[in-house]
Amino acid sequence: MNEVKCECGHVNPHGTVLCESCGKVLEEKEINKQLLDMRYEGSARRSQTYNKTIIDKIWNFFSSVKVGVWLIVLTLLASIFGTILPQVMYIPQNIPAIEHYENEYGWFGKLYYELGFHNLYSSWWYLLLIASIGVSLVICSLDRVVPLYRALKNQRVTRHEGFLRRQRLFGVSEAPQSDEVYKTITSKLGSKRYNIREENGNILAEKNRFSRWGPYINHIGLIIFLIGGMLRFVPGMYVDKTLWIREGETKAIPETDGQYYLTNNQFIVELYDKEKDGEVFEQALERAGGVVKTYQANVTLYEKEGDTIPGEQPELVKVRDDEIRVNEPLKVDGLALYQVDYKLNELHKMSFSLQDKETGDSFGDIQIDLFNPEEQYDLGNGYSVEVKSYFPDFEFDEDGEPATKSRVPNNPAFVFEMKAPDKPDGEVSFVAIQETIEPLGDNKYKMTFKGVETNNVSGLTVRKDLTLWILGLGGVIFMIGVAQGAYWNHRRIWIRRIDNKVWIAGHTNKNWHGLRRELEAVFDGTGIEVPEDQSEEGRKG
Amino acid sequence: MKRRRLVIRTMILVVLAAAVGYTLYANFTKDNVQKVAVGKTAPDFALVDMNGQKHRLSDYRGEGVFLNFWATWCKPCEREMPYIDKSYHEFKDKGVKVLTVDVGESELAVNNFIERHNLSFPVMIDKGEVQTAYGINPLPITFLIDKDGKVVRSHVGELTQATVNQFMEEIQP
Repeated sequence: MNEVKCECGHVNPHGTVLCESCGKVLEEKEINKQLLDMRYEGSARRSQTYNKTIIDKIWNFFSSVKVGVWLIVLTLLASIFGTILPQVMYIPQNIPAIEHYENEYGWFGKLYYELGFHNLYSSWWYLLLIASIGVSLVICSLDRVVPLYRALKNQRVTRHEGFLRRQRLFGVSEAPQSDEVYKTITSKLGSKRYNIREENGNILAEKNRFSRWGPYINHIGLIIFLIGGMLRFVPGMYVDKTLWIREGETKAIPETDGQYYLTNNQFIVELYDKEKDGEVFEQALERAGGVVKTYQANVTLYEKEGDTIPGEQPELVKVRDDEIRVNEPLKVDGLALYQVDYKLNELHKMSFSLQDKETGDSFGDIQIDLFNPEEQYDLGNGYSVEVKSYFPDFEFDEDGEPATKSRVPNNPAFVFEMKAPDKPDGEVSFVAIQETIEPLGDNKYKMTFKGVETNNVSGLTVRKDLTLWILGLGGVIFMIGVAQGAYWNHRRIWIRRIDNKVWIAGHTNKNWHGLRRELEAVFDGTGIEVPEDQSEEGRKG
Repeated sequence: MKRRRLVIRTMILVVLAAAVGYTLYANFTKDNVQKVAVGKTAPDFALVDMNGQKHRLSDYRGEGVFLNFWATWCKPCEREMPYIDKSYHEFKDKGVKVLTVDVGESELAVNNFIERHNLSFPVMIDKGEVQTAYGINPLPITFLIDKDGKVVRSHVGELTQATVNQFMEEIQP
């Protein structure tokens, strides 16, 4: 096996740059360097050495930080691209998506659709990119944390001269005469919370090693976060549905298997009132005009009794009345129903009066429920109105025929047949908003518009998210990792006696200035020179 | 040592690949709007047609069921209605039941539509529950259910006379 035995007797894995135990330089090309590259303690990132089987090749691909960075860059670029045009879930649903993109954005929209960018964030390649980042995270971390842990665990107190000489902070002084000096140094180091190990009069002082694990803890947090995101796809973990419900309407709550029903009794938008809500708001209200205080749906929750199949009239038992306000959802069966949207004054009922065009005499009124009009309205005394056709969302289609765009009464139109004692065969009239057509010649009677009744519609979101605590946990661990790596520095000081000199070297993973200050304090008054900064940066400073 | 590393690496990669694979799979089955899978029993429902007759899907075991969802404002639905009606007459004595479901419009609109197109097959209005059970989104959509109540096929989009006939032959017991 390609293991490397150091002269100190320690056996290192193949690819090791600095002996895990004594720190002796093992790689030929490192020997000529003045300063050592201390990343990962010069341990063997195994991925860089073995490249035999297909498993190793896949492993090594994901182990590369360069690959990881590229994956992140690509994901960012793709994410940016997905924001150029609205995603498919945010466009109107009444026409096919491709037509919408082409009509709104021309050839670019069409291309955007055809390349699949309209549903980018759920596309297989985008998910694969995210997943690859996750895989890269796991493998990169494993490949670095294991050797680093080994190296830090195996490090010896007495380090090789070559290792000490090539540290950034290094100095050689005359050895002090008495051992008292060493005692002072160790006690000073101890008071600065260094852990001190001694071996044959040599000293290794080390503190905050745990800070080196910060990035890996951080990655564990990220991976938990990704797992949380992944769990959203598991059935039952995550629900996000919309429920539009009109005043007076009763609908099954989605995702409850038809077990729960909701009636919308009333939808209210309440504005702040200058008089009632106190003077503090007065100025703001004067400047801004109407400010909404509450969006509220007054609802009744029902539970289905007995076993019915879809389409059958369910027997409903009232559970409770409730009020749904923004941030105050109705909770049922693990689901939360939030008030998120509304539509005010949707047409609900229209009333007309049957009138003689000449005299203006009225022979009775009819009120038409726009969601369920009746076929025949009898006005008595031989007068009646029949609804021959009804177009809730009226338009002329391609053939010039009256048609309806949807079932929502946005623009209702009717074909009435009016019967009167003197017109027993009836007169036909086409009535739309602001428009009356008499297709079969001049009529004696007309339907005069009297008024409308409107309804409000509540837009509710039905939501369940059992992954939230996992995302939270991932986030907390992520932040712990960040803090651990950012606010503490792993510092080591080596003191080695060689003949009648004393060699001192220092290393930290960041904040060299802090370490230098610490060394100054420790060696102050001991007669030992503070080690110097051998780096370019240090010499300049 | 080297062997152990290979085993460990393989295991880790397998676990990661399984997680990624599952996520992709779950994501695509989520996108699949059809709740009704071919080969599975079609969700049962009961609706009353415009003539007041109640139709319960499970009562038609032994017959093939041609189930069509439509709306009066849906142009392709309108165009395929005459074809369905024609095939309905041809296949009604051969054990094929035609059930069509309007997606919740007013009775008046539906009756007008039936009259205008002279439809003779049963038409029902669903307020939403059956649509939810079948995961209806785009219209028209047709389900073919065999004599054992299993879904043989689902078809989104307009039908031609030839396809309607072919579909009915498919479920003829």
